[in-house]
Amino acid sequence: MARETYSELFNANRGLIDRGAAPVLNDMRDHAAAMFLRHGFPDRRVEEYLHTDVADWFSTDWGMNLARVQIPVDTAEAFRCNVPNLTTQTHFLACDRYVHREGGQQLPDGVICGSLSDISRSNPELVSSCLGTLADMDRPGIAALNTMFVQDGFMIYVPDNTVVEKPVQLVSLMQSPVQMLAVRRILVVLGKGAGLRLLLCDHSAASVPCMSASVVECSVGQGAGLELYDLEETSLSNTRVTEYFVSQQRDSRVHADIVTLTNGRTRNTFHSVFKGPGAELELNGIAIMDGAQHVDNYTFVDHQSSDCSSRELFKYVLDGESTGSFAGKVLVRPHAQHTASVQTNRNICMTGTARMFTQPQLEIYADDVKCSHGATVGQLDEKALFYMQQRGIGLAEARMLLMLAFMSDVLDRISLDPLRSRLTALVELRLRHGQAHCDGCNICK
Amino acid sequence: MEKTGTDNSLVREISAEKYRYGFTTDVHTDVIERGLDEDTVRLISSRKGEPDWLLDFRLKAYRHWLTMKMPVWPHLTIPEIDYQNISYYADPTVKKEGPRDLGEIDPQVMKTFDKLGIPLEERLALSGGVAVDAVMDSVSVKTTFKKTLAEKGIIFCSMGEAVRNHPDLIRRYLGSVVGYRDNFFAALNSAVFSDGSFVYIPKGVRCPMELSTYFRINAQGTGQFERTLIVADDDSYVSYLEGCTAPMRDENQLHAAIVEIVVLDRAEVKYSTVQNWYPGDENGRGGVYNFVTKRGLLKGVDSRLSWTQVETGSAITWKYPSCVLQGDRSQGEFYSVALTNNFQQADTGTKMIHIGANTRSTIISKGISAGHSQNSYRGLVKVGENAEGARNYSQCDSLLLGDMCGAHTFPYMDVKNDTAVVEHEATTSKISEDQLFYLQQRGIPQEQAIGLIVNGYAKDVLNRLPMEFAVEAQRLLSVSLENTVG
Repeated sequence: MARETYSELFNANRGLIDRGAAPVLNDMRDHAAAMFLRHGFPDRRVEEYLHTDVADWFSTDWGMNLARVQIPVDTAEAFRCNVPNLTTQTHFLACDRYVHREGGQQLPDGVICGSLSDISRSNPELVSSCLGTLADMDRPGIAALNTMFVQDGFMIYVPDNTVVEKPVQLVSLMQSPVQMLAVRRILVVLGKGAGLRLLLCDHSAASVPCMSASVVECSVGQGAGLELYDLEETSLSNTRVTEYFVSQQRDSRVHADIVTLTNGRTRNTFHSVFKGPGAELELNGIAIMDGAQHVDNYTFVDHQSSDCSSRELFKYVLDGESTGSFAGKVLVRPHAQHTASVQTNRNICMTGTARMFTQPQLEIYADDVKCSHGATVGQLDEKALFYMQQRGIGLAEARMLLMLAFMSDVLDRISLDPLRSRLTALVELRLRHGQAHCDGCNICK
Repeated sequence: MEKTGTDNSLVREISAEKYRYGFTTDVHTDVIERGLDEDTVRLISSRKGEPDWLLDFRLKAYRHWLTMKMPVWPHLTIPEIDYQNISYYADPTVKKEGPRDLGEIDPQVMKTFDKLGIPLEERLALSGGVAVDAVMDSVSVKTTFKKTLAEKGIIFCSMGEAVRNHPDLIRRYLGSVVGYRDNFFAALNSAVFSDGSFVYIPKGVRCPMELSTYFRINAQGTGQFERTLIVADDDSYVSYLEGCTAPMRDENQLHAAIVEIVVLDRAEVKYSTVQNWYPGDENGRGGVYNFVTKRGLLKGVDSRLSWTQVETGSAITWKYPSCVLQGDRSQGEFYSVALTNNFQQADTGTKMIHIGANTRSTIISKGISAGHSQNSYRGLVKVGENAEGARNYSQCDSLLLGDMCGAHTFPYMDVKNDTAVVEHEATTSKISEDQLFYLQQRGIPQEQAIGLIVNGYAKDVLNRLPMEFAVEAQRLLSVSLENTVG
């Protein structure tokens, strides 16, 4: 049903959509619409979506801001997502609209950063050579829908041999008086030997249920290094579907952390492909859930080239009636010899009503490889709890300490010191059943 | 080590030792016409002289099968199967003329089983030996030691005989673990199943000998659709072995079986399989399609079921021996070695469904892929809401020999209870060059060294097999790997 609704919506408003966006984006829509018609939205019959019915999520009557109505947002007041001791170059997305702010950004020469729509107009060749090259629309997912409706988003291009020292932060805020679906596109392009640290903070200040459908494409050039941190702190009424597509060239390094602290329903899909030898990927994830929260992380690491390594670690703590799902697939193609791949998923269920589904998968067609995966679902160690209680630590505190310890190895892998301590504090706050607020951030207060 | 040169030349020489059991027996076999419709189902039922309720069961299954499609989710490439081009019933015990005498076996059939190393004469069996139900094509040829077992109240006979002599038990338990709606091949089997074994161990009885069924496909153009049912009543114990072979043919033959096991209070069943159906030749021609549904219902408290399988044969294997852990404190185990070579494909594993409290399950799976084969482990561990204190440990390792094969792991873990502890570990790697070097250094040729390493790798599982089978399984592993250095 949802497929027809969105197709009709697209056909009926094609002119309106095109008017609000750059020609480069508009040129991609016809193909996307055809692909969308072919695949529709994935539901539970699709293996990768076994525990998340994305089609159902989209069946709600979401509004879309196709006419680009300006919803007033006071950026200075609303966005103070500070990480103490960490200065970042901050950019904002209000729902699906890039918010221009006063004050210049200090970026190295040649770096292009800002609204995807603006850059598509000013640098159409650059955008058209990268956009949509990684997001595969001919498969179940939301890439086709995103490409059909996308009007704006964020882009950063770092030319060859340029390192952006100061981390770049993109704060996406959902703020809408009506039920809304925001379609966002983020494009990250790193040239040879380039370096970038990117923080994606996902927030919601909406009083009504809202949904985001984002596609993030990261093209990482030869010898380049990308650190990507995605932190979701939205609200219980928020629905998020995000698809990452990462392509790594020879000897590149990608470190990605996907952290879900507060959310309603979340589905993250992370596709990664090694295009050249010697590349490394480290992919970590944390999900802390209670109530009726739902977090589904799906990762797919495609070893197309030899001598690459991937390391994945996902940890979930589930409380209340929350549902967690992790599915990770590692594909080692023929000739991708000397692949090293480790995938670990560990989960703690705190209540009888929390549910965890885990599904690590290995598909291997090369023989000289070292691949392993491990998954566990369990509880806190009774003996350790008893030990701490014996020494005068209250049960609640002991549980919290154990959970924090459980999460610590993921947190320890974050190389950005201020961010690591900030996230540790947020995780601790969250584990104490508080809301994981950023200090000084008005939307969180 | 001069790696590529030696390895590739050895890989090319794949499998010098031919499949040992690939001969055919020239015996008069009554084969019904190819094709499948309601009349075929009725014909099979009437040949076997079955009561109406069983015919109804078959017809229901057949009608349901018509509404189903072949599963596409396995990691297998299954060529289209023409179900109308298979004969669903072949009886090698029917004489050309005259009435059938149950006590008399065609000497050719007798010879066949002798050649397979399965003595059908009790005096030839080793002391304390193994009782055998020998099934050739669609019919049970002979069941040995029936009298000895009957003294203890144990029923061990062919399914056809059980339907005649123990209809109450069959009616009660047939389809109670694997219903005809369960899956495509279970529906097909329920419609056309021919023979198989039935075992009933009464309360408190410890079966004094190993029971076994040996399945042999002989006739051309047929499939084998046997059905095995084991019921272990309270406090009983039985160890059951299953073996199977088929002739070498260019055509693919279908084997779609069902094994159902019911384990009651405090009973224990050990089920061991050495699967050695014809795997096809080195170019992937011929071989048996082995699509089997095996499931045990651990109905009673403190019941135990252990599946041990060594899978070396079949062109395509699709098989997931499972345990439904319903009784409190019941325990399920699955130990498997699956070896694929040449163009074999295997998608095998288990399902452990924890329903009762404090249930435990262990999964140890060792996959070995060589040649151009594809070997997948697929397993489900499900912990229901009421399965307090459920515990599972899974370990599945894959070993790759050669760079043209694939090893895949698809575990599923669904946990709905917070007191459950579920652990899964998997590794995939090639054979350790250090170990190989060490053995070669000490004068052991490369091929033997690989055989040793593989046997060591599979030891956890092989150790679980009863003596007679363990020896056979070790030999099979070495033979299947011969000249397949990777």
